[in-house]
Amino acid sequence: MSTGALPERAAVAWRRPVDARALRARERLWTLSTAAYSVPFVVTAGILVGVEPWLAPVAALSLVHGWAIPELHANRGAKVVRPRRRRGEAAEATALGLLGDLVGHDARELHARTGLVLERGGLGVWLVGEAGALLVRPGGRRVHCWCVRVDDPSLPSADRTAHLLLALREDETGFATVANLAFSGATWRVRRRLEPAMRPALDAARRAAR
Amino acid sequence: MARLVRMDRTGHTTLAEWSAADDAAFAAAARAFSEQLEAGYYAVVSEGEGQARQVTALPADAGLVILRRPIAGG
Repeated sequence: MSTGALPERAAVAWRRPVDARALRARERLWTLSTAAYSVPFVVTAGILVGVEPWLAPVAALSLVHGWAIPELHANRGAKVVRPRRRRGEAAEATALGLLGDLVGHDARELHARTGLVLERGGLGVWLVGEAGALLVRPGGRRVHCWCVRVDDPSLPSADRTAHLLLALREDETGFATVANLAFSGATWRVRRRLEPAMRPALDAARRAAR
Repeated sequence: MARLVRMDRTGHTTLAEWSAADDAAFAAAARAFSEQLEAGYYAVVSEGEGQARQVTALPADAGLVILRRPIAGG
Protein backbone atom coordinates (compact mmCIF):
# COMPACT_ATOMS: atom_id res chain seq x y z
CA MET A 1 0.00 0.00 0.00
CA SER A 2 1.10 3.54 -0.66
CA THR A 3 1.98 5.76 2.28
CA GLY A 4 0.42 8.93 0.87
CA ALA A 5 -2.53 10.28 2.86
CA LEU A 6 -5.98 9.89 1.38
CA PRO A 7 -7.36 13.40 0.70
CA GLU A 8 -10.80 12.36 1.97
CA ARG A 9 -9.32 12.13 5.47
CA ALA A 10 -9.71 15.91 5.70
CA ALA A 11 -13.49 15.49 5.77
CA VAL A 12 -13.21 13.38 8.94
CA ALA A 13 -10.27 15.16 10.53
CA TRP A 14 -11.66 14.57 14.03
CA ARG A 15 -11.35 10.79 13.66
CA ARG A 16 -8.35 8.99 15.07
CA PRO A 17 -6.46 7.14 12.31
CA VAL A 18 -7.55 3.51 12.17
CA ASP A 19 -4.26 1.67 12.35
CA ALA A 20 -3.60 -1.84 13.72
CA ARG A 21 -3.68 -0.62 17.32
CA ALA A 22 -6.97 1.22 16.86
CA LEU A 23 -8.42 -1.86 15.21
CA ARG A 24 -7.47 -4.05 18.17
CA ALA A 25 -9.14 -1.55 20.51
CA ARG A 26 -12.30 -1.65 18.41
CA GLU A 27 -12.23 -5.44 18.43
CA ARG A 28 -12.14 -5.48 22.22
CA LEU A 29 -15.01 -2.98 22.37
CA TRP A 30 -17.16 -5.01 19.97
CA THR A 31 -16.49 -8.19 21.93
CA LEU A 32 -17.43 -6.43 25.16
CA SER A 33 -20.60 -4.95 23.70
CA THR A 34 -21.62 -8.33 22.25
CA ALA A 35 -21.15 -9.88 25.67
CA ALA A 36 -23.11 -7.02 27.26
CA TYR A 37 -26.03 -7.72 24.92
CA SER A 38 -25.98 -11.49 25.15
CA VAL A 39 -24.84 -12.47 28.63
CA PRO A 40 -27.84 -10.94 30.47
CA PHE A 41 -30.20 -13.07 28.38
CA VAL A 42 -28.19 -16.22 29.13
CA VAL A 43 -28.08 -15.39 32.87
CA THR A 44 -31.80 -14.62 32.85
CA ALA A 45 -32.51 -17.99 31.22
CA GLY A 46 -30.43 -19.75 33.87
CA ILE A 47 -32.16 -17.95 36.72
CA LEU A 48 -35.63 -18.65 35.32
CA VAL A 49 -34.98 -22.37 35.00
CA GLY A 50 -33.28 -22.43 38.40
CA VAL A 51 -36.18 -20.70 40.12
CA GLU A 52 -38.95 -22.53 38.35
CA PRO A 53 -38.34 -25.36 35.82
CA TRP A 54 -41.78 -24.72 34.35
CA LEU A 55 -40.40 -21.46 33.01
CA ALA A 56 -38.11 -23.33 30.60
CA PRO A 57 -40.00 -22.04 27.49
CA VAL A 58 -39.52 -18.46 28.67
CA ALA A 59 -35.85 -19.23 29.35
CA ALA A 60 -35.56 -20.59 25.81
CA LEU A 61 -37.00 -17.34 24.46
CA SER A 62 -34.40 -15.44 26.44
CA LEU A 63 -31.63 -17.58 24.92
CA VAL A 64 -33.00 -16.94 21.45
CA HIS A 65 -32.78 -13.19 22.12
CA GLY A 66 -29.18 -13.59 23.29
CA TRP A 67 -28.35 -15.41 20.06
CA ALA A 68 -30.33 -13.19 17.71
CA ILE A 69 -28.85 -9.83 18.66
CA PRO A 70 -25.29 -10.63 17.48
CA GLU A 71 -26.82 -12.22 14.39
CA LEU A 72 -28.63 -8.98 13.57
CA HIS A 73 -25.39 -7.07 13.99
CA ALA A 74 -23.59 -9.50 11.69
CA ASN A 75 -26.36 -9.11 9.15
CA ARG A 76 -25.82 -5.36 9.16
CA GLY A 77 -22.13 -6.03 8.54
CA ALA A 78 -22.75 -8.42 5.66
CA LYS A 79 -25.05 -5.87 4.01
CA VAL A 80 -22.14 -3.55 3.23
CA VAL A 81 -21.07 -5.77 0.32
CA ARG A 82 -24.55 -6.62 -0.91
CA PRO A 83 -24.71 -5.97 -4.69
CA ARG A 84 -26.54 -2.84 -5.83
CA ARG A 85 -28.70 -2.38 -8.89
CA ARG A 86 -26.80 -2.72 -12.17
CA ARG A 87 -26.60 0.06 -14.77
CA GLY A 88 -26.37 -0.40 -18.54
CA GLU A 89 -24.57 -3.51 -19.70
CA ALA A 90 -22.17 -1.64 -22.01
CA ALA A 91 -21.03 0.66 -19.20
CA GLU A 92 -20.64 -2.30 -16.86
CA ALA A 93 -18.48 -4.13 -19.41
CA THR A 94 -16.29 -1.05 -19.96
CA ALA A 95 -15.88 -0.52 -16.23
CA LEU A 96 -15.10 -4.18 -15.73
CA GLY A 97 -12.29 -3.90 -18.25
CA LEU A 98 -10.64 -1.11 -16.27
CA LEU A 99 -11.10 -2.93 -12.97
CA GLY A 100 -9.61 -6.05 -14.54
CA ASP A 101 -6.53 -4.05 -15.55
CA LEU A 102 -6.00 -3.06 -11.91
CA VAL A 103 -5.94 -6.55 -10.42
CA GLY A 104 -4.16 -9.83 -11.06
CA HIS A 105 -5.59 -12.94 -12.64
CA ASP A 106 -6.68 -14.61 -9.39
CA ALA A 107 -8.43 -11.51 -8.07
CA ARG A 108 -10.11 -10.98 -11.45
CA GLU A 109 -11.39 -14.54 -11.48
CA LEU A 110 -12.64 -14.26 -7.89
CA HIS A 111 -14.41 -11.00 -8.69
CA ALA A 112 -16.13 -12.60 -11.68
CA ARG A 113 -17.48 -15.35 -9.41
CA THR A 114 -18.30 -13.36 -6.29
CA GLY A 115 -18.41 -9.63 -7.10
CA LEU A 116 -15.66 -8.92 -4.56
CA VAL A 117 -12.02 -8.01 -5.13
CA LEU A 118 -9.47 -9.57 -2.80
CA GLU A 119 -6.65 -7.24 -1.83
CA ARG A 120 -3.87 -7.96 0.67
CA GLY A 121 -3.05 -5.08 2.98
CA GLY A 122 -1.06 -4.30 6.07
CA LEU A 123 -4.11 -4.61 8.34
CA GLY A 124 -5.29 -7.90 6.88
CA VAL A 125 -6.96 -9.15 3.74
CA TRP A 126 -9.60 -6.92 2.20
CA LEU A 127 -12.62 -7.85 0.14
CA VAL A 128 -13.73 -4.78 -1.74
CA GLY A 129 -17.30 -4.47 -2.99
CA GLU A 130 -19.15 -1.63 -4.63
CA ALA A 131 -20.43 0.05 -1.46
CA GLY A 132 -18.28 -1.39 1.27
CA ALA A 133 -15.42 -3.65 2.19
CA LEU A 134 -14.66 -6.52 4.53
CA LEU A 135 -11.34 -6.71 6.32
CA VAL A 136 -10.34 -10.19 7.44
CA ARG A 137 -7.78 -9.80 10.18
CA PRO A 138 -4.60 -11.87 10.39
CA GLY A 139 -5.54 -15.35 11.55
CA GLY A 140 -8.83 -15.21 9.67
CA ARG A 141 -11.10 -15.47 12.69
CA ARG A 142 -12.32 -11.89 12.85
CA VAL A 143 -13.75 -9.63 10.19
CA HIS A 144 -14.47 -5.91 10.14
CA CYS A 145 -17.27 -4.71 7.87
CA TRP A 146 -16.84 -1.19 6.53
CA CYS A 147 -19.49 0.92 4.89
CA VAL A 148 -17.81 3.20 2.33
CA ARG A 149 -18.78 4.33 -1.14
CA VAL A 150 -18.28 6.78 -3.92
CA ASP A 151 -21.07 9.33 -3.94
CA ASP A 152 -22.13 8.93 -7.56
CA PRO A 153 -25.03 6.54 -8.13
CA SER A 154 -24.66 6.82 -11.92
CA LEU A 155 -21.40 4.87 -11.89
CA PRO A 156 -21.40 1.25 -13.00
CA SER A 157 -20.79 -1.37 -10.33
CA ALA A 158 -17.21 -2.20 -11.34
CA ASP A 159 -16.30 1.50 -11.35
CA ARG A 160 -17.62 1.90 -7.80
CA THR A 161 -15.46 -1.05 -6.78
CA ALA A 162 -12.45 0.43 -8.61
CA HIS A 163 -12.92 3.72 -6.76
CA LEU A 164 -12.72 1.95 -3.42
CA LEU A 165 -9.84 -0.26 -4.51
CA LEU A 166 -7.73 2.70 -5.66
CA ALA A 167 -8.47 4.64 -2.47
CA LEU A 168 -7.52 1.59 -0.40
CA ARG A 169 -4.26 1.23 -2.30
CA GLU A 170 -3.47 4.90 -1.86
CA ASP A 171 -3.80 4.85 1.92
CA GLU A 172 -5.07 1.80 3.80
CA THR A 173 -5.26 3.52 7.19
CA GLY A 174 -6.96 6.52 5.62
CA PHE A 175 -9.45 4.24 3.90
CA ALA A 176 -10.40 2.58 7.20
CA THR A 177 -10.57 6.00 8.86
CA VAL A 178 -12.94 7.45 6.27
CA ALA A 179 -15.14 4.33 6.24
CA ASN A 180 -17.82 3.66 8.83
CA LEU A 181 -17.52 0.44 10.80
CA ALA A 182 -20.77 -1.49 10.57
CA PHE A 183 -19.68 -4.64 12.37
CA SER A 184 -16.68 -6.34 13.88
CA GLY A 185 -16.88 -9.94 14.96
CA ALA A 186 -16.52 -13.59 14.09
CA THR A 187 -15.91 -14.37 10.44
CA TRP A 188 -18.24 -17.38 10.55
CA ARG A 189 -21.07 -15.17 11.76
CA VAL A 190 -20.72 -12.79 8.80
CA ARG A 191 -20.25 -15.66 6.37
CA ARG A 192 -23.68 -17.06 7.24
CA ARG A 193 -25.23 -13.69 6.38
CA LEU A 194 -23.44 -13.18 3.06
CA GLU A 195 -25.10 -14.05 -0.19
CA PRO A 196 -24.06 -17.62 -1.07
CA ALA A 197 -22.25 -16.47 -4.22
CA MET A 198 -20.03 -14.22 -2.11
CA ARG A 199 -19.00 -16.80 0.47
CA PRO A 200 -16.11 -18.23 -1.60
CA ALA A 201 -14.52 -14.76 -1.52
CA LEU A 202 -14.64 -14.73 2.28
CA ASP A 203 -13.23 -18.26 2.36
CA ALA A 204 -10.37 -17.16 0.10
CA ALA A 205 -9.70 -14.12 2.28
CA ARG A 206 -9.63 -16.32 5.40
CA ARG A 207 -7.11 -18.63 3.77
CA ALA A 208 -4.99 -15.68 2.71
CA ALA A 209 -5.14 -14.20 6.23
CA ARG A 210 -3.91 -17.37 7.95
CA MET B 1 0.91 5.59 -25.38
CA ALA B 2 -0.01 6.97 -21.95
CA ARG B 3 -3.65 7.62 -21.14
CA LEU B 4 -5.68 9.87 -18.88
CA VAL B 5 -9.01 8.19 -18.10
CA ARG B 6 -11.97 9.29 -16.02
CA MET B 7 -14.29 6.79 -14.36
CA ASP B 8 -17.82 7.89 -15.18
CA ARG B 9 -21.29 6.62 -16.05
CA THR B 10 -20.04 5.15 -19.34
CA GLY B 11 -17.53 2.92 -17.54
CA HIS B 12 -14.63 5.16 -18.31
CA THR B 13 -13.75 7.86 -20.79
CA THR B 14 -10.29 8.44 -22.23
CA LEU B 15 -9.72 12.18 -21.97
CA ALA B 16 -6.21 12.36 -23.38
CA GLU B 17 -3.35 10.30 -24.72
CA TRP B 18 0.27 11.30 -24.98
CA SER B 19 3.76 9.97 -25.53
CA ALA B 20 7.10 11.16 -24.25
CA ALA B 21 8.06 12.45 -27.70
CA ASP B 22 4.89 14.49 -28.23
CA ASP B 23 5.04 17.70 -26.19
CA ALA B 24 1.84 19.11 -27.67
CA ALA B 25 -0.16 16.02 -26.74
CA PHE B 26 1.26 16.09 -23.21
CA ALA B 27 0.37 19.78 -22.85
CA ALA B 28 -3.19 19.06 -23.95
CA ALA B 29 -3.36 16.15 -21.50
CA ALA B 30 -2.04 18.37 -18.71
CA ARG B 31 -4.79 20.93 -19.44
CA ALA B 32 -7.47 18.24 -19.36
CA PHE B 33 -5.94 16.92 -16.14
CA SER B 34 -6.11 20.34 -14.46
CA GLU B 35 -9.72 20.86 -15.52
CA GLN B 36 -10.75 17.54 -13.99
CA LEU B 37 -8.98 18.27 -10.72
CA GLU B 38 -10.79 21.62 -10.56
CA ALA B 39 -14.05 19.73 -11.14
CA GLY B 40 -13.41 17.71 -7.97
CA TYR B 41 -11.74 14.58 -9.27
CA TYR B 42 -8.69 12.99 -7.68
CA ALA B 43 -5.96 11.59 -9.92
CA VAL B 44 -4.40 8.25 -9.14
CA VAL B 45 -1.53 6.37 -10.73
CA SER B 46 -1.85 2.63 -10.26
CA GLU B 47 1.54 1.14 -9.52
CA GLY B 48 0.73 -2.53 -9.72
CA GLU B 49 -1.12 -4.71 -7.26
CA GLY B 50 -1.49 -3.15 -3.85
CA GLN B 51 0.03 0.15 -4.84
CA ALA B 52 -1.45 3.43 -6.00
CA ARG B 53 -0.32 7.01 -5.69
CA GLN B 54 -2.34 10.18 -5.77
CA VAL B 55 -0.88 12.82 -8.05
CA THR B 56 -1.62 16.53 -8.32
CA ALA B 57 0.37 17.10 -11.52
CA LEU B 58 0.24 14.95 -14.60
CA PRO B 59 3.26 12.62 -14.53
CA ALA B 60 4.75 12.38 -18.02
CA ASP B 61 6.17 8.93 -17.37
CA ALA B 62 2.97 7.26 -16.11
CA GLY B 63 1.29 4.75 -18.38
CA LEU B 64 -2.19 5.25 -16.98
CA VAL B 65 -3.63 8.05 -14.85
CA ILE B 66 -7.11 7.43 -13.48
CA LEU B 67 -9.50 10.13 -12.31
CA ARG B 68 -11.79 9.13 -9.49
CA ARG B 69 -14.48 10.76 -7.38
CA PRO B 70 -14.05 11.22 -3.59
CA ILE B 71 -15.22 8.40 -1.35
CA ALA B 72 -17.03 8.72 1.97
CA GLY B 73 -18.31 6.54 4.77
CA GLY B 74 -21.76 5.22 3.98
